[in-house]
Amino acid sequence: MDSRKNEEGRMKKEEHPEGKSTRRSFLEGLSIAAAASSASLATGCSLNSLPESKEEFGLKWEEYFKKNYRLMTQKEKDDTVERLIKLAKLNDNQDLTISNQAPREKVLYGYAFNITRCEGFMDCVEACVKENNLDRNAKTQYIRVFEMEPGKLDPSTGDGKYFHEVPVDDKFYMGVQCFHCENAPCIKACPVKATWREPDGIVVVDYDWCIGCRYCMAACPYWGRRFNWGKPFVPKEEITRQQHYLGNRQRMKGAMEKCTFCIQRTRQGKLPACVEACPTGSRVFGNLLDPDSEIRFVLKNKKVFRLKEDLGTDPKFWYFID
Amino acid sequence: MKNPPEKGFASFISDCSKWALTGSTSYKIYLFALLVIIGTGVWAYSHQFREGLIVTGMSNIVSWGLYISNFTFFVGVAAAAVMLILPAYVFKDEDFHEVVIIGECVAVGALVMCLLFITVDMGGPQRLWHIVPGLGLFNWPSSILTWDVLVLNGYLALNTLVPLYILYCNYHNRKPVGWKYRPFIFLSIFWAVSIHMVTAFLYEGLPARPFWNNPLLGPRFLASAFAAGPAVIMMVIIAIKETTSYPIDPIIFKKLKRIIVIAAVINLLMLFSEVFKEFYTFTHHSLSAQYLFFGLDGHDALVPWIWTAISLNILGTLLFAFDPTKGNTKYLMVAAISLFTGIWIEKGFGLIVPGFVPSPIGEVVDYVASKTEILITLGILATGILIVTMLTKPALHILSNFKMLNTD
Repeated sequence: MDSRKNEEGRMKKEEHPEGKSTRRSFLEGLSIAAAASSASLATGCSLNSLPESKEEFGLKWEEYFKKNYRLMTQKEKDDTVERLIKLAKLNDNQDLTISNQAPREKVLYGYAFNITRCEGFMDCVEACVKENNLDRNAKTQYIRVFEMEPGKLDPSTGDGKYFHEVPVDDKFYMGVQCFHCENAPCIKACPVKATWREPDGIVVVDYDWCIGCRYCMAACPYWGRRFNWGKPFVPKEEITRQQHYLGNRQRMKGAMEKCTFCIQRTRQGKLPACVEACPTGSRVFGNLLDPDSEIRFVLKNKKVFRLKEDLGTDPKFWYFID
Repeated sequence: MKNPPEKGFASFISDCSKWALTGSTSYKIYLFALLVIIGTGVWAYSHQFREGLIVTGMSNIVSWGLYISNFTFFVGVAAAAVMLILPAYVFKDEDFHEVVIIGECVAVGALVMCLLFITVDMGGPQRLWHIVPGLGLFNWPSSILTWDVLVLNGYLALNTLVPLYILYCNYHNRKPVGWKYRPFIFLSIFWAVSIHMVTAFLYEGLPARPFWNNPLLGPRFLASAFAAGPAVIMMVIIAIKETTSYPIDPIIFKKLKRIIVIAAVINLLMLFSEVFKEFYTFTHHSLSAQYLFFGLDGHDALVPWIWTAISLNILGTLLFAFDPTKGNTKYLMVAAISLFTGIWIEKGFGLIVPGFVPSPIGEVVDYVASKTEILITLGILATGILIVTMLTKPALHILSNFKMLNTD
């Protein structure tokens, strides 16, 4: 990773010099006035349901005016996580753990997909849906698996809707998901910096900061992003409770989301759910900066390729052939 | 001057509202009808606000629809005011001077529509403060969308303040002071081009979408805008001529017609060039065009629309080019409506939707706008028409009064 990218990804702690504090507080005052109506709409949409408790309203109010995650101090990050946990308890009587764990040092994640081995069972899809609390109403999937004709290597020629017993003779299978590009067009497109690349290479979305314009979705050449057109729904007993702020926590309607390499797992040293679930061992995940990692072995010893290299996006996701 | 106590800004506003709201019974019915359509739109939007964009016809594959299509088209209409401003102020064309204010009012109406279309398209409208520079985080200069926010709001300010100043002076029976507004006029000419180029860059800059990733997109936006925009302005001028006593010199129609024909012919030429490129050597990148013009994998929702659009486009151009009636307003109205509708379809969802089909991983899905989406769109269109009416009526009142006082 070159240093320029690194700097771009780094967060600015304090945007405004002290001299501007009066202007800032004035603007904040204005914003409170201007946003109060929409805030009450956003936080208290429950005009016809039971009146909220004062505590709940206070929490939602503070959540509404919080900053972009990248500009938060560690304390602010802890505060928002605490508020989200409290709100989940108040609203749905759920006990969640939401982490804001920072990237690990000297780590850059990479992913490789073995198109010789994959047999299209889609256990990865199922594990991903469950792990990442994906919307069951809209049947959101981060991973799509395509059944491919021999002689083709472009998933757009494959069948992404197959529904029959696998594997089929003379077919092979190719999974696609967010490729976590180093030079990601989605990041460039976002008008509010709600999506960015973390120092460990994971492209994340701040769901609370996203305004839902979907420009990133139009900019992505790999169809790696999913939008919450309605309010996402996950049955209470199926919710994965170990969550990360930038990962599998509850999304809201009108926000963008995407594969995060299971940030809530990988930052704790575990493998992404799709890698763990794969029965054929077609999925390889690891640290590109560690010369002894499996991913480095694959890159060194296998014939690898990436999709749409001509666009210069530099994905951190390779396909390989045994 | 005869009226010693200088009337202030408050009386200017109250007089203007009076002129805007008073009129014949049919005028009142017209206003009422607009308000009903707006009300329906607001009601539909409240439904969308509660449920989310799931009530629209959009999906993860076609993720922009009717709203963004209309936004794109009306940016062009707003930019087209420059086709009146440029001859009126740069070439000192006296005839255009009479109607330039109408062009500016149309631009303001179109810009308000653009901003509303963007707002209703947002998944999180309550989080829109995140895009306000200084309050939120403004991804400038990286994101073209932030450029668009700047140029659209700037153009709105220019097109509001300059006419406001001129009218305010005329209201007080003064001649506006040239150096106070002329620099802004020239700025607005440059700015008009920029709003449309920046909007084209929104799409042009996305290699992910080969259908849009085409350097001709920006120039073609301008050409189609300079045909469709003056067509809208012509419709408004005809409506004013038919319903009010404001004097409109027929020479205006002749001059507008000339602008429209030139722009429409250039637009058709560029369209032809695009179609040639897509179909002479049919590549993987031509699939969107195939979907648009002929359908793909059994999906052909846009095919009837685009052929209607192209027919209307050619018809409108021919009607303007060979006008046997020599400026009959009814004839011109038909020509303007035909050209306007043709470009509206072609540059609206004929441009936006195929950009998404097939998806980058090859999936083909038809997009059909939902009822809610259509009602909201109609509500915004009615808002635009209402704004143009509310601005044009008092403006023309002030201008004709001023002219009367100064010719006596």
